[in-house]
Amino acid sequence: MRINCPCCGERSLDEFVYYGDADLRRPDPQDEEAGAKFIAYVYERTNPSGFHRELWYHGLGCRTWIVAERDTRTHEIYATCRAVDGGAPEGAAADRERS
Amino acid sequence: MTTNDRYSIFSILRQAWRGNTGWKPVWRDVAPKPAYDVVIVGGGGHGLATAYYLASQYGRRRIAVVEKGWIGSGNVGRNTTIIRSNYLLPGNVPFYELSMKLWEGLEQDINYNAMVSQRGVLNLYHSDAQRDAYARRGNAMRLHGVDAELLDAAKVRRLVPFLDFENARFPIRGGLLQRRGGTVRHDAVAWGYARAADRLGVDIIQNCEVIGIRVDGGRAMGLDTSRGYIGARQIGVSVAGSSSRVAAMAGLRLPIESHVLQAFVSEAVKPFVGGVVTFGAGHFYISQSDKGGLVFGGDIDGYNSYAQRGNLPVMEDVCEGGMALMPRLGRVRMLRQWGGLVDMSMDGSPIIDRTPVEGLYLNAGWCYGGFKATPAAGLCFAHLLSCDEPHDVARGYRLDRFATGHAIDEKGMGPYPNLH
Ligand SMILES: Cc1cc2nc3c(=O)[nH]c(=O)nc-3n(C[C@H](O)[C@H](O)[C@H](O)COP(=O)(O)OP(=O)(O)OC[C@H]3O[C@@H](n4cnc5c(N)ncnc54)[C@H](O)[C@@H]3O)c2cc1C
Ligand SMILES: [Zn+2]
Repeated sequence: MRINCPCCGERSLDEFVYYGDADLRRPDPQDEEAGAKFIAYVYERTNPSGFHRELWYHGLGCRTWIVAERDTRTHEIYATCRAVDGGAPEGAAADRERS
Repeated sequence: MTTNDRYSIFSILRQAWRGNTGWKPVWRDVAPKPAYDVVIVGGGGHGLATAYYLASQYGRRRIAVVEKGWIGSGNVGRNTTIIRSNYLLPGNVPFYELSMKLWEGLEQDINYNAMVSQRGVLNLYHSDAQRDAYARRGNAMRLHGVDAELLDAAKVRRLVPFLDFENARFPIRGGLLQRRGGTVRHDAVAWGYARAADRLGVDIIQNCEVIGIRVDGGRAMGLDTSRGYIGARQIGVSVAGSSSRVAAMAGLRLPIESHVLQAFVSEAVKPFVGGVVTFGAGHFYISQSDKGGLVFGGDIDGYNSYAQRGNLPVMEDVCEGGMALMPRLGRVRMLRQWGGLVDMSMDGSPIIDRTPVEGLYLNAGWCYGGFKATPAAGLCFAHLLSCDEPHDVARGYRLDRFATGHAIDEKGMGPYPNLH
């Protein structure tokens, strides 16, 4: 598995640190059900077999946080982008659905 | 009763006399019945042990184990076969010690040679701080009646003289030894439990994948499978790395991520590694199989995976650890390598509990260490399914422990499954 860093290009896996599911969103602490929502946010995972959007950190490179769209069954990476750009382009996921 | 019904020296001699033509299949090949009292999903070590203890200890009948592939194709046949009970936390030690005691009597109990070999597990330490941590662990074990010995460097040298004791960065200062730890032939565990369960009337149904769980009014009714619908009064899910997938069929989201762990075996060499040795300054552990192959491994790869194969950086890391500990390893050739799907929980500890869906029970979150747990996990899951309350030694393994603040975090890593 090699990861295409949007800044550095395709690099070896051992330059990256994994952080997991990129679609978790920190709940609003003011929310009436904040307690339950925080437990789900911190501890529960969808853990899909197949398409997964996930965070990687290019620690031994440019130190950019990256969102990768990857198939957990095959390790194929469909798309990557900088996390600050709001996650991988939606088009990539849509293309994959069609293919 | 045929001669095959019980294995003994006499049955072997009798078969040898007949040119080994009289052996019979070790379990029946059965088609699913329309309904059972208990259906266990997953024919790994845990699922088969659960079925066996349900029938043998709790007197249950009408039991089936459904397995999507063949039994033993999952982690029970992929692990590095180490058993031990050298845990630190009160929620864990009694459970793993019960498992160790069950291993000690297993072969007589199920009448099957699983090659349980208490050759010792030695965890090395390389600094004063690490020695203190191991002293604490050893004391915790002894307080629970588990054997533990803290060895200095000279004693370790006598046991395993071939290590790199004066390594410039990671000199070996000593180790924590559990003599009762060791190895067990993993596929014999699957076959032995399967045979013993089958003899008590359990249906073992292979090539039968669960694809749906029917829930009606908050109650589990049965399973849709690749071989048709199977009704069940109780369903016990024991599918290791596939736990999140199967739980999702009943609308549940688990505190689990699936990861890949790799294992490695070298060409066979003459016996020289007596027990199990773990490196304390990196993640590497090694033992030698009875065939002579060096069996070793290290960290999980560290990203979500259902691929049952890993990547090169971890192989490199494992081999570097091996070379730092045992430079002579560089002379042997690697023969085989594979990966398995491990169910990493949020605190590194397992779950044996009911679920919010009535009639649906869960045994999961075994991470990279559930082989040693096989007998106790089977017994405790069978207890839960039969008494509807946790077994005494598994009281901590609740599904809601994260919400209630009772996580059992041996490594103190927090909710990061790839760090446990
Ligand atoms: C490389 C490696 C090394 C390890 N080393 C050790 C070790 O040294 N010591 C130790 O204690 N532990 C070790 N482990 C961990 C240990 O192997 C596991 O925790 C344990 O085997 C899990 O329980 P099991 O045997 O029931 O799992 P499995 O054998 O994986 O059983 C689960 C079964 O469920 C089946 N299944 C999945 N989905 C479905 C479905 N939808 N329908 C029907 N069936 C399904 C699977 O096919 C599988 O057979 C290791 C694991 C790996 C991968
Ligand atoms: Zn980069």
